[in-house]
Amino acid sequence: MKRSLKTWLAATLLATSTLTGFGAAAADFTACEVTDTGGIDDNSFNQTAWKGVQDAQAKLGIKGRYLESQAETDYTANINSLLGQCDLIITVGFLLGDATKAAAEANPNQKFSIVDYAYDPVLPNVAGQVYATDQAAFLAGYLAAGMTKSGSLGVFGGINIPPVTIFMDGFHQGAEYYNKQKGTKVKVLGWDPAKREGLFTNNFDSLDDGRAFAQNLYDEGADIVLPVAGPVGLGSAALANELGVDKLKIIGVDADLYLTDPERKHVYLTSIMKRMDATVMEVIDSAMKGTFKGGVVVGSLSNGGVDLAPLHDMETMVPDELKKELATIRQQIIDGTIKVGN
Amino acid sequence: MSEQGETATLTARLLERAAPKRADFEDLVIVPVFAVVVALILGGVAMLATNVDLETIGRSYVALAYGSIGSINALSETITAATPLILAGLGVALGFRAGLFNIGAEGQILMGGMAAVVVGFSFTGLPMLVHLPLALLAGIVAGALYAAIAGWIRAATGAHEVILTIMLNMISYRLVDYMLRMPAIQRPGRSDPISSSVLPTAELPRLLEWLGPNLRLHSGVFLMLAAVLFVYWLLFRSTIGFEFRASGESPEAARFAGMRSGLIIVLVMALGGAFAGLAGANQVLGVLGRASSGFSAGIGFDALAVALLGRSHPFGVVIAGLLFGALEAGGRQMQVDAGVSIDLIGIIQSLIILFIAAPLVVRALFPWGFRKGAPASKE
Repeated sequence: MKRSLKTWLAATLLATSTLTGFGAAAADFTACEVTDTGGIDDNSFNQTAWKGVQDAQAKLGIKGRYLESQAETDYTANINSLLGQCDLIITVGFLLGDATKAAAEANPNQKFSIVDYAYDPVLPNVAGQVYATDQAAFLAGYLAAGMTKSGSLGVFGGINIPPVTIFMDGFHQGAEYYNKQKGTKVKVLGWDPAKREGLFTNNFDSLDDGRAFAQNLYDEGADIVLPVAGPVGLGSAALANELGVDKLKIIGVDADLYLTDPERKHVYLTSIMKRMDATVMEVIDSAMKGTFKGGVVVGSLSNGGVDLAPLHDMETMVPDELKKELATIRQQIIDGTIKVGN
Repeated sequence: MSEQGETATLTARLLERAAPKRADFEDLVIVPVFAVVVALILGGVAMLATNVDLETIGRSYVALAYGSIGSINALSETITAATPLILAGLGVALGFRAGLFNIGAEGQILMGGMAAVVVGFSFTGLPMLVHLPLALLAGIVAGALYAAIAGWIRAATGAHEVILTIMLNMISYRLVDYMLRMPAIQRPGRSDPISSSVLPTAELPRLLEWLGPNLRLHSGVFLMLAAVLFVYWLLFRSTIGFEFRASGESPEAARFAGMRSGLIIVLVMALGGAFAGLAGANQVLGVLGRASSGFSAGIGFDALAVALLGRSHPFGVVIAGLLFGALEAGGRQMQVDAGVSIDLIGIIQSLIILFIAAPLVVRALFPWGFRKGAPASKE
């Protein structure tokens, strides 16, 4: 029994090694992604970054692998198990910041890239990818303020960390800007930009929380809700689906959720897109060409790193005037006439 | 009332399986081995059902073996993952032996870990010889006290410890969230729930750093081994351990023999909590270096399975803990090499537990592994 198992193991090992031996010539660059606890199919954050790897697979002919983290204790272990097997390790999320830093310092010859984290001082083998998400969120806030019937908007986050709250800041600021322009009094529930406090589910995976938080905001009068919590927002979308779009609309984050969540696409007013796929692809490209260097890659409205998704089915519901104003504001943010953030 | 009685008998039956009255070779060895084999086979079937081809299935099991025992790094990861499971599993096993179903290891790990972290970053300037034991002790005491709450309520009012410990788990989650936001604990400059970093003088030193910077095996493994020996001595060589087991087997007889059942309940819970607290301290001082809201990572619940699988014997717990650690480390490699979802490892683990908890199924599936006419169950 024991011996047969051993020979079988050896045979399989041999088979796999010859297989990979043949394949090596076509694609000898491997990019690996480590997700946070949201998982690879979270319809938003991790999935968008993974799309960048997949795009690179299709266009640059590289190999891609991913490793899902089930708990916070997995971060370091997951990164370690990819060391030496990947030309570039992409860690997705602010929460992997400490683990990535430790691994990068211990392995100076391994290239890393982390989404949503900028190290100061810069680590020579880590390219941080950060996003001026508040620029796109500003547009979403303005749009939502122009579309609300109840005069209240709602927002909640996953965890109170900068890459989450930057959405809430921009959204709040956009709605305030609308109020200033139009003399309206649209309220944003769930985030106080001055006190840095608001509604947080404290996780990135509970769909039940997404439903409950959206329900609470709806009960308080909000008819458009922005959940900034990855897959948690799918729970909010399910609630909007049941209540009906005229009562509650959802604004998606990270990906264009109209496309990634086709079953409930009608509930999304728009999405605040954080084009991690574009920046991930850019970093992979630079690593392949040998131009990779440690530092920060910033995605903004001007380089397409962040943007507002198309309105899709809501196109006819949004007044033309509002659309025109959005286009103007967008231009003003890009050329700096409107200052978003502090 | 009748429902409560039903729960009580169910627990009694589970406990009987968890803490066998006499060494039963078949239940102790054959059933677990078959359970693992069947779980691996059914795991393969599950992969087949999700359109994974045979070659990938073969590759993923090779990866499972390689990732758990195939290299120094793999062994280091397996033991690193197994250490807290074994520590917390010992705590749960102690409870089983004394007839108590302690579901609260998760909460006790959280409380122990928090106490260890706070001591670990608060005292600057202490030498390691003082600081590290102090942090560990804080973890042990916090875990013990937290578990003793459930023990005390049980002893004083008769409320069932299953309910009590589940509720205490819930409280501990929120308590940790709250504590991690207190200015004294939260890391300066961060607004998410994360603690300051443990000082180097309170860290459990890594053992294999001279071999490679990524080997995470740390000296917590010695604590674990000491704990195993201690529990063995306690249960089978000491008077108090005898009292634990006696009250587990027959509380009434134990009472008539002059043992103080209330005190024993509180003691057993506190001791179990101490081991869970040590597991939490082991995690924050040896692996994570800080606390954040999910640092217990379900270890407390896996520890239940480890104690069940190890039949509440300290050595059994070691083997079961190593198996679970190996599944965790190897599962990671499965995902890297074969691209198989990590959830599959969860399925295999659950299947193992399912078959352990239902030895009748295993006996029915593999009749030739057992003596003919052997009692199928001890009821």
